[in-house]
Amino acid sequence: MTRHLRVDGPTHDDRLDHMAQGILGQPLNRLEGPLKVTGWAAYAAEARPANMVYGVLVQATVPAGKVLEIGDAPGALAVIQDKRMVRYAAQGMDQKGPTSGPDQIEYMGQAIALVVAESFEAARHAAQNIAVRYKVSSVPVEPEAVTPELPPKKQSAAGDVDKAMREAAVTLDQVWHTPSQMSAAMEPHAAIAEWDGDQVTIRAALQMLSSNRKQMADALGIKEQNLRLLSPYVGGGFGSKLGINAEAVSAAIAAKELGRPVMVAMTRQQVFDLAHRRSETRQRIRLACDADGRLTGIGHEVLVSNLPSSEFTEPVAQATPFTYQAAHRQVVHAVARIHRGCAGSVRAPGEAVGVTVFECAMDELAEAAGIDPVELRLRNIPDVEPTTDRPFSSHKLAEALREGARLFGWSNRKPTGQQVEGEWMIGMGMAAAVRVNMLVESRARVTLTQDGQAVVETDMTDIGTGTYTILGQLAAEMLGLPIEQVEVRLGDTNFPPASGSGGSFGAASSGNSVYLACEEIRGQIAKAMDCDEADLTLQDGMARAGNVARLLSDLIDGQISGEGHLQPGKTEKSHRQATWGSHWAEVAVNRWTGEVRVRRMMGVFACGRVLNEKTARSQCLGGMTFGIGIALTEAMEHDSRDGHAVSRDLAEYHIPTHADVPPLEVHFLPERDAYVGPLQAKGLGELGICGAGAAVLNAIHNACGVRVRHLPATPDKIVAGLKD
Amino acid sequence: MQITLHLNGATHDLDLDPRTTLLDALRHHLGMTGTKKGCDHGQCGACTVLMGGRRINACLTLACMAQDAQITTIEGLGSPERLSPLQQQFLDHDGFQCGYCTPGQICSATAMLEEMEAGWPSHASENLDGPFELSHAEIAERMSGNLCRCAAYANIVAAIQQAAGTTDHREDAA
Ligand code: FES
Ligand code: FES
Repeated sequence: MTRHLRVDGPTHDDRLDHMAQGILGQPLNRLEGPLKVTGWAAYAAEARPANMVYGVLVQATVPAGKVLEIGDAPGALAVIQDKRMVRYAAQGMDQKGPTSGPDQIEYMGQAIALVVAESFEAARHAAQNIAVRYKVSSVPVEPEAVTPELPPKKQSAAGDVDKAMREAAVTLDQVWHTPSQMSAAMEPHAAIAEWDGDQVTIRAALQMLSSNRKQMADALGIKEQNLRLLSPYVGGGFGSKLGINAEAVSAAIAAKELGRPVMVAMTRQQVFDLAHRRSETRQRIRLACDADGRLTGIGHEVLVSNLPSSEFTEPVAQATPFTYQAAHRQVVHAVARIHRGCAGSVRAPGEAVGVTVFECAMDELAEAAGIDPVELRLRNIPDVEPTTDRPFSSHKLAEALREGARLFGWSNRKPTGQQVEGEWMIGMGMAAAVRVNMLVESRARVTLTQDGQAVVETDMTDIGTGTYTILGQLAAEMLGLPIEQVEVRLGDTNFPPASGSGGSFGAASSGNSVYLACEEIRGQIAKAMDCDEADLTLQDGMARAGNVARLLSDLIDGQISGEGHLQPGKTEKSHRQATWGSHWAEVAVNRWTGEVRVRRMMGVFACGRVLNEKTARSQCLGGMTFGIGIALTEAMEHDSRDGHAVSRDLAEYHIPTHADVPPLEVHFLPERDAYVGPLQAKGLGELGICGAGAAVLNAIHNACGVRVRHLPATPDKIVAGLKD
Repeated sequence: MQITLHLNGATHDLDLDPRTTLLDALRHHLGMTGTKKGCDHGQCGACTVLMGGRRINACLTLACMAQDAQITTIEGLGSPERLSPLQQQFLDHDGFQCGYCTPGQICSATAMLEEMEAGWPSHASENLDGPFELSHAEIAERMSGNLCRCAAYANIVAAIQQAAGTTDHREDAA
């Protein structure tokens, strides 16, 4: 039986706080952890079906045009050119395959063919040496070189920001630039495809199997029932594995053609070319406030880019309409259609760069107004969503700011440039954290056997987010079992379709579906106990109601199973849902070299119920570290002539490493959000990144007086701003 | 070409294309996929294994260069039922998320602790001859060849500090 819930209203009873097992929220070790620390967890490219051969993608060496001819590949089994091969990855939650037809080239580096050989070495050699003839067309590759589109749905305005700017006591009007950024998950995209008659099984690195299955079936021109996707372990996603991509599609096509299993793994450089990049942004921010720092005008004008044929545009100003109060407001969202690699979701699309830049602007305004940056924010927190008058589902920004200031020792912050230790200038900075919250339809099945074992099955993925563990904890809590008696099976489209991992909605969406499945099972147990489900206590394999206590195994005949089905509902519209927090950083800036060392960093976050304190903290650590990268090191540069990614490996694209990251502190504010389903939990995989970089950049200013508005703040830019 | 690999205490005779890296010999030919490929260019550390007790990037080493050497991979350090002290601490401190960089981090940390004991200084060391403090700065510096995009860095350092307290870093090392 399936228990279904549309989240049309609030859940005010904190039921999960009163369950008997006491396991939810506990900082348990990851259930699959022993497999990961020993190398036993098998990722996409880590199976060896008999007779498998290796494919290597061939990439276009021109920015646009047509493939006229592809030469021979000595030593290879086949050169696969198939009109079903895709030009770029599907966007997250697409219901169809992405644009196909690889002979039309839309950007330099696009996959145009697959070379397959008996060995990886032979395939690589042949792919690198293959001759390709092109008809080359000339196309724009610079966002500032074209007249951008202004999609009507993405513009909004109220009042008159120009007037607010003219009349305000204090104003700010500045332009920031952020470069293209890459998710750079450590596992490069890979797939192994194997056919059995009409049936194909593809083992791949994917975040959202249920929609990936639709995309892949559409791309291959087969029925969904004939396609099984497996992603039991995914070596990081951060958006890059939301949609199917060239490696998996071409592996399936080649495997069919050759009648043998085919593995295709992208090289690291191919990941940079073929996975979605976060668009570079130009952001003009205008702020107007009165002498007390109360905002009267907010303007956020954004320019991003993408390929002409891709619909996605980085929603940079997504949080701007509801973060701060102001009577006059304007959001402009322009899109330059150019031929760089496809842009798409990278961890916290929108806020990662939008909130970061906006929070830098708030710091500048605070300075101009002579008001403490924390106080400035506190004075501008709205009671309801400013543009719609909707209530917030919960709102913890003020508490996160106050609590953060206290915990970090904000009162010890010195005026700009006043704290010097030898050649190091020390500064503190802060920023607000905000990220939209959502739920996505999700299903799960839970089976309870007579010997007291529960099995959770859903095609949800664990991309490092802790899904195995939190779903196991939920089932253990709801069914009154020790965690050792729960098994969680994920990443297989044979299981009920889940939300997938993306947009921070995975834990809450799939978690609610497991909750519902367990409620269904509890209902069946209650029936056997002849009591109300609400009066049932399950603990350590015992069922209790009133003064009756029975072994679960006595109540179950064989096994019972239940499905849970969650759908977002009216609360999506009735309430503005978001997660809130604050970021704090202390940096040292070298007065001679401009080198920035982050000395300590702290985040305070409110994300509803925390399902596992340990894995939740790790999610935040990851986000905050992304923020360090955005502030200081990460830039994917494009060649101005042909648009290709110049910094396309991990030696050129600098993600933070051990020595860049100081001890980080994470605090959670206790919270239950009633409007996001019975779990009362919101997402937090992305909140940690939203604004984190601004805390670092604002600390740099406090240390040395330099504002870097062309991110990242590399030493050359800081030195250029330092006074001798 | 014929190559003999001494791996985790066992001997394997392989017939390999001379271009085969040690990493691909492990992953494609021996099915030992615990050692990960993150970049194939010596930039990420995911492929770290121990050769003659020293940490190396298996992607920058041709399999034929490993002829006759003693190789230890993550599979040789412990098993799910029998974790090495470092593996146990990585688990307890959540020193990973997706787990893809993890075997490399653990192999690297295993050798790194031995380097410290042997008195090898680092850029962050206060002196050149040791002993060295197991400070955050010292460990972070020595581990910086191992990237983690999930950014478990803070937890990895804590795990290493904790594990360093126990003397035997390797459980079953060859
Ligand atoms: S795979 Fe060897 S260093 Fe990255
Ligand atoms: S745990 Fe995912 S890259 Fe380190």
